[in-house]
Amino acid sequence: MSFPWAKQYQPQGEFSKFIDSRLPLPRFIYGALGAGYPTPKNLNYFYNFGVLAGVALVVQIITGVILGMHYAANVSVAFDSVEHIMRDVNGGWMLRYMHAVGASFFFAVVYIHIFRGLYYGSYKPPREVLWMLGLVIFLLMMATAFMGYVLVWGQMSFWGAAVITGLFSAIPVVGPAIQTWLLGGFSPDNATLNRFFSLHYLLPFVTFGVIILHIWALHIPGSNNPTGVDVKGPQDTIPFHPYYTAKDFFGLGVYFTLFAAVVFFAPNALGEVDNYIPANPLSTPAHIVPEWYFWPFYAILRAFTTDFLFIPAKLWGVIAMFASILLLFFLPWLDTSPVRSNAYRPLSRALFWVFVAVVIVLGVAGGKPAEEPWVMLSQVLTAYYFAHFLIILPLVSRFEKTLPLPNSISEAVLAKYRKTGSMAPGALAQPAE
Amino acid sequence: MAVSQPANASPPEVLPPEGERRRDFIYVATGAFAAAGAAAVVVPLVNQMNPSADVLAMASIDLDLSSIQPGQAVKASWRGKPIFARHLTPAEIDAAKKVDVATLRDPQALSDRTKAGSEQWLITLGVCTHLGCVPLGASEGENRGDFGGYFCPCHGSHYDTAARVRKGPAPKNLEVPAYKFNTPTAVTIG
Repeated sequence: MSFPWAKQYQPQGEFSKFIDSRLPLPRFIYGALGAGYPTPKNLNYFYNFGVLAGVALVVQIITGVILGMHYAANVSVAFDSVEHIMRDVNGGWMLRYMHAVGASFFFAVVYIHIFRGLYYGSYKPPREVLWMLGLVIFLLMMATAFMGYVLVWGQMSFWGAAVITGLFSAIPVVGPAIQTWLLGGFSPDNATLNRFFSLHYLLPFVTFGVIILHIWALHIPGSNNPTGVDVKGPQDTIPFHPYYTAKDFFGLGVYFTLFAAVVFFAPNALGEVDNYIPANPLSTPAHIVPEWYFWPFYAILRAFTTDFLFIPAKLWGVIAMFASILLLFFLPWLDTSPVRSNAYRPLSRALFWVFVAVVIVLGVAGGKPAEEPWVMLSQVLTAYYFAHFLIILPLVSRFEKTLPLPNSISEAVLAKYRKTGSMAPGALAQPAE
Repeated sequence: MAVSQPANASPPEVLPPEGERRRDFIYVATGAFAAAGAAAVVVPLVNQMNPSADVLAMASIDLDLSSIQPGQAVKASWRGKPIFARHLTPAEIDAAKKVDVATLRDPQALSDRTKAGSEQWLITLGVCTHLGCVPLGASEGENRGDFGGYFCPCHGSHYDTAARVRKGPAPKNLEVPAYKFNTPTAVTIG
């Protein structure tokens, strides 16, 4: 589970020895998050986002369990019970804003975490399973967030549920039956609300389980690092504690500062005003949009406006939206370059930033009404999204001339300090090994 | 078993390497039995998500059309979705019949969308086939679009007097639900 030079847990005192021979939990923590876990010494702040995502989930679970004590999952009272939380429950407004803003922050952190993995090639061997487990977590998050949004039972909740479950009706032959089955009726109603509440409560704990697998898979090869070069010896690593625990706690402080700023000063900045109108099945909001973290996928869904190859436009959109995420499961085999980090892949690095821009603009287009120029833009960028993974990456990884890799993490770190002159040349250690 | 065997029993049966053993059969039979049992248990676990009896009980509604004057429409709620019931005027019927069906995006004649002998009664879902918005035009004074039927304000789909899509992004005509006339002015929808 770790490198041979990892420090071994030494129980101090009688109690520690007693526990260690019966339930060695302290030994487990020591090896997973403590001084017994050697970690590459060059991890930058982008490597904080895994821990931040974990903390964001814990915040969601704590605030969510509390909100569940005051919420009623029945169409006649659901909206009012949310307002009851906002106005009557002691501190309820803060808990609900923490939960709503927390969802946005969770996604923001996870998106940075995913793009970090893309930039540094963290999906490449031997971390494919780690990457795929992360995608499973992402899918679970999306399902959980969608169902949680419906619980408010505002206009956007209702019509969001109608549109998203309507996606399944695009499936030939069995689609309408599947939609009815998902809703427990012919349109979103009490049955829908109740089952979404049940699943919204369950899925975060499923997510928690998959996160444990994700961390387990991480600890087999250990973290990737900004050079993408494997750890070669003890000179390349530092113990997780106190070095990365300190770094993570600092990042957490910054995160909570930003989180508090939004919760207290702009709690509705990321939401849709229409969701403060109670759900009305007989009146549609003029402009149905999901929350911002779904916008890029919503743009892909709406990008298909004409039927072709005997498949109706609506089904194309559904297929493309699901494919845009499922494609990422195949990424380790689409990008075949042996060099992991984009720091040593100049062409791939430029294309990475193009891809980031494409996803952001897709997001902007997905948040707009389905009008020109946004439809055309969505179509072009959707085409690029798929081309990036299916054409550009495989070709680039085959033909790109990569920069020379450092011999070790240690050498790369020392070379960096030599360049910036913050270490006296005489103080340079001999290259390790 | 070994105990009951006489001391001079023949040596244990030697099986050919690829032969089937009794035990293989027991494994497969046990597995198959367990799988069938699990599948039988899954059926109610999945089926509970289908519409319950009270939801299905509300799956059809009775509608009295006698008070709807020519040119007027009423909205009703059926299966949680709006229903538009419209009393077409002779002029509207003529306008709908004059259209060359072959030129339509979703080719249907007025007679395909109404019951024979009751073609003045146009009963459709009030759900735009584009993204599911509720079109305007069923209430007095609402915008009825360029073709005098319904108009969806979300993305600008225009429907004609037979509620067929004529302009805009909607792919299909407004859906006609299953319904039957009980008397000339009373229908059961669903």
